[in-house]
Amino acid sequence: MIKFLLMVNKQGQTRLSKYYEQVELGKRAALEADVVRGCLARRKEECSFVEYKDYKLVYRQYAALLIVVGVTENENELSIYELVHNFVEVLDKYFSRVSELDIMFNLDKVHIILDEMILNGHIVETNKNRILAPLLALDKMTES
Amino acid sequence: MPAVSKGDGMRGLAVFISDIRNCKSKEAEIKRINKELANIRSKFKGDKALDGYSKKKYVCKLLFIFLLGHDIDFGHMEAVNLLSSNKYTEKQIGYLFISVLVNSNSELIRLINNAIKNDLSSRNPTFMCLALHCIANVGSREMAEAFAGEIPRILVAGDTMDSVKQSAALCLLRLYKTSPDLVLMGEWTSRVVHLLNDQHMGVVTAAISLITCLSQKNPDEFKTCVSLAVSRLSRIVSSASTDLQDYTYYFVPAPWLSCKLLRLLQCYPPPEDGAVKGRLVECLETILNKAQEPPKSKKVQHSNAKNAILFEAISLIIHYDSEPNLLVRACNQLGQFLQHRETNLRYLALESMCTLASSEFSHEAVKTHIETVINALKTERDVSVRQRAADLLYAMCDRSNSKQIVAEMLSYLETADYSIREEMVLKVAVLAEKYAVDYSWYVDTILNLIRIAGDYVSEEVWYRVIQIVINRDDVQGYAAKTVFEALQAPACHENMVKVGGYILGEFGNLIAGDPRSSPLVQFNLLHSKFHLCSVPTRALLLSAYIKFINLFPETKSTIQEVLRSDSQIRNSDVELQQRAVEYLKLSSIASTDVLATVLEEMPPFPERESSILAKLKKKKGPGAVSVNELEEGKREGGELNGGGERGDSSAIAGSNASTPSPSADLLGLRTGPPVTAAAPSAGSLLVDVFSEAGVNDDGFLRDLEPPTESSDSLLAEGPGDSDSAPPSVVSEDPATPLPESNELLNKFVCKNNGVLFENQLLQIGIKSEYRQNLGRMYLFYGNKTSVQFITFTTTVTCPGELQSQLNVQSKTVEPLIEGGAQVQQVINIECLTDFSEAPLLNIKFRYGGALQNLTLKLPVTINKFFQPTEMASHDFFQRWKQLSLPQQEAQKIFKANHAMDTEVLKAKLLGLGMALLENVDPNPENFVCAGVIQTKAQQVGSLLRLEPNAQAQMYRLTVRSSKDTVSKRLCELLAEQF
Repeated sequence: MIKFLLMVNKQGQTRLSKYYEQVELGKRAALEADVVRGCLARRKEECSFVEYKDYKLVYRQYAALLIVVGVTENENELSIYELVHNFVEVLDKYFSRVSELDIMFNLDKVHIILDEMILNGHIVETNKNRILAPLLALDKMTES
Repeated sequence: MPAVSKGDGMRGLAVFISDIRNCKSKEAEIKRINKELANIRSKFKGDKALDGYSKKKYVCKLLFIFLLGHDIDFGHMEAVNLLSSNKYTEKQIGYLFISVLVNSNSELIRLINNAIKNDLSSRNPTFMCLALHCIANVGSREMAEAFAGEIPRILVAGDTMDSVKQSAALCLLRLYKTSPDLVLMGEWTSRVVHLLNDQHMGVVTAAISLITCLSQKNPDEFKTCVSLAVSRLSRIVSSASTDLQDYTYYFVPAPWLSCKLLRLLQCYPPPEDGAVKGRLVECLETILNKAQEPPKSKKVQHSNAKNAILFEAISLIIHYDSEPNLLVRACNQLGQFLQHRETNLRYLALESMCTLASSEFSHEAVKTHIETVINALKTERDVSVRQRAADLLYAMCDRSNSKQIVAEMLSYLETADYSIREEMVLKVAVLAEKYAVDYSWYVDTILNLIRIAGDYVSEEVWYRVIQIVINRDDVQGYAAKTVFEALQAPACHENMVKVGGYILGEFGNLIAGDPRSSPLVQFNLLHSKFHLCSVPTRALLLSAYIKFINLFPETKSTIQEVLRSDSQIRNSDVELQQRAVEYLKLSSIASTDVLATVLEEMPPFPERESSILAKLKKKKGPGAVSVNELEEGKREGGELNGGGERGDSSAIAGSNASTPSPSADLLGLRTGPPVTAAAPSAGSLLVDVFSEAGVNDDGFLRDLEPPTESSDSLLAEGPGDSDSAPPSVVSEDPATPLPESNELLNKFVCKNNGVLFENQLLQIGIKSEYRQNLGRMYLFYGNKTSVQFITFTTTVTCPGELQSQLNVQSKTVEPLIEGGAQVQQVINIECLTDFSEAPLLNIKFRYGGALQNLTLKLPVTINKFFQPTEMASHDFFQRWKQLSLPQQEAQKIFKANHAMDTEVLKAKLLGLGMALLENVDPNPENFVCAGVIQTKAQQVGSLLRLEPNAQAQMYRLTVRSSKDTVSKRLCELLAEQF
């Protein structure tokens, strides 16, 4: 099961956080800082899976943006690793070349996309068109 | 795809985010945020009704602020209002806010539930999805009560849209997890299983998560899912599926779905139905075959997706553990990955192989990769990969390769990462014992362990080697010889001295025939290490000495002389002093027969499970010992396993027993509660505090670190410069302390450093450190003015009966303090017995002609002499019951003076000096602590329980100690802290 997903930039600023398990606000900041520090400190040739407390972290870096997923022991690491990529591809498709700014300015939309892909810590949808469908419907309504 | 403009029309939001980004400092950011929060608050509170667009904008801003880590305590109502909007965009942002910000115990749940109910019955699929997402995200008990009946119906209804089904499946999973009692199985259950057959892959993907969870809880009811999952998997894997829609990812058909199907199958044993099983084996073979085919794309995404399925398939093969052919093929495949250039694959292969190693079918196949794994241990650049390699070596070890593996692990230990050393040490110790055919190899290995990584060799490891040597007489001579040789090294680890002391004390006679290791040579060798050792080791050595007197009467006079010396018989440490006195007496009055009986060789320990295994078992991770392995360890190591508990307590000879079990020593002389004296943790704490304090004087640590050769030396040589200064402690009562001095005292109960006092002229800072029953305090007097203080004098007094309870000595200070300057004073404190009052510090000086005179309480409180004691729940309550005399308990119920923050409470309790015990009290809200107060006269064991009541903002504090005055005083002190 997926416990949380974070998008953080290299300076350690959180750009998106989604928790699938109640974590107190006060503890979130500490957890995020801890997780990000751990991942950023790793070199390129080191593996993308890190054990962290009771979780396993799967992380992937895109330019200055780091995506970290905290999962339980029994989760398939490679499938999560590719889930992250799929997520980024969906963002890329929607924002046509996604950047950190897109995520900051469109937090609500990124949340919608994420909610279509992962619900309650489980993968619900992986098909890009279907993931984007509700958001596109929403955009159409806004335009009209 | 429509081009999306940045900020999407919400200009205010874009401006705000840009502002935040441009903030140069954290302060500026907070300022900007507070301004915005005030703005939004006023907008929400204002008379003018906000339109949907504005509400949406503000809610978006709040979301952004929340993400930056600020608590949002308003806006919830506005968000709830947005839920009932008919506009999708507004409704959507309302739900988003609720999902992110509202936790399951919000008071608004009822209102939210109303909105959800409306949307669920709206038959508008987009609205329904939003509502279902919200339930899946928040998932409170109230929601379960309201919707647990409705959602299964939506999930299986024929006319429900696919996307709604997906959301409903995960929504139900959430409710089932939070309130399983409310989700009743019914006729929907069988229909849920058939969702595995659903046309739509998205629905299958979502439904599997639900089915997996339900199957784990009710395997029988969901058994039919196995054959359905197999046929679904088979259609995907063989690409017979024509309805793959857009679920192909980089040429890999439905990788995530395949993984989930394979994981679902791991909830069940292999299918009984031959046809189903045949089909599944075929699938697994196809997956293994595909790994060998040339990749359809060079992209890493392609191979990752393919390998995700492969690893999951291998997990399933290992889970079944019944198909030798598949197991060996899996092993070969993983073997290839061990040398892959992708670190991720090497990591996963090592991890997966670890579980393969425990299967009887593939154990041999795994072993063929030993060289590669050893190489990985030596050359991998990533510590987590090296860790996996070490785990795998441990898992693949058996009688045939144990010598090689142990040797490799030992040589790796010399350079191993600090983070994994302790576990490595345990593993080597377990393997050495488990596969020891000849015990000289075992003894060599453990002594090597101590030599290479002595700091990481825990008590369990060296207790164990002693147990085994004692239980096996064929190795005793060899052990004595080896340990004697190891002790020749000029710098050997203290653990080596412990093992050496114990073994020579028992079996030194076996090598005494050789003039190079004659009794006196042995004794001198041991005694040459004595002065460098901590108190527990010295205590052990003293016991070894008395055993020497019995073994070798010719050493009697030499040893008696050592025992008689001031540094032993008048040692400030009670334990050492007692041993010296008693051993000396015993050796002089007892006849040789009596001596021989009292100091007889240790009897063999009863056979028990290795305490090291138990410890390793506690460590998590794939390399940790499984239950199987434990049993195997018992079986194979059975012949040599000595006892556990007896060893734990008696082998240590009164050394630092961290367990609260009564620690009998060799002679059973020790009385009083056991103490964690000078445990390594205490040592490192000392260093930390020291570096933080920044006192630039090595003498401070040096004096305290080798604990108290004699208390006189510590108290006499302070790091101050004046060496002829007479102690300035006087006994007459000088002045009454300042009215606020009690309050000042309370500030320092839970901390050792800080500012004790400050007025317009003078600032007094304190740094202090305590060890056992001794303390040293540095007082820093700072002149805050630009004018000299002259005739500056300070006196420390112990009023009344404190005189006989506390021995306080202070250096005189310079009588002149320049304007802006600071002088330092050192105060040495020895706690003779428990006490309740505080020493007084009187300060007199002239400032511009006027005499200043003030008296403060020195923050020396009884808790400063605590040594933390770790103990398990059972022991705690046993001890608690033992301290049941009414006068041993002190209790106070008081109102909270500060916020009831768990972390703050913990920090304070730790500062108190006791051990904060986790998982002891059945109520996780409560705190329990244990510690022993060290005074010169006695040790006072104390237990504490603090029960916060958040509703009432009250605490109940209960302290039990073996001494009534201590309970009372601790209770008084602590009641002011929270």
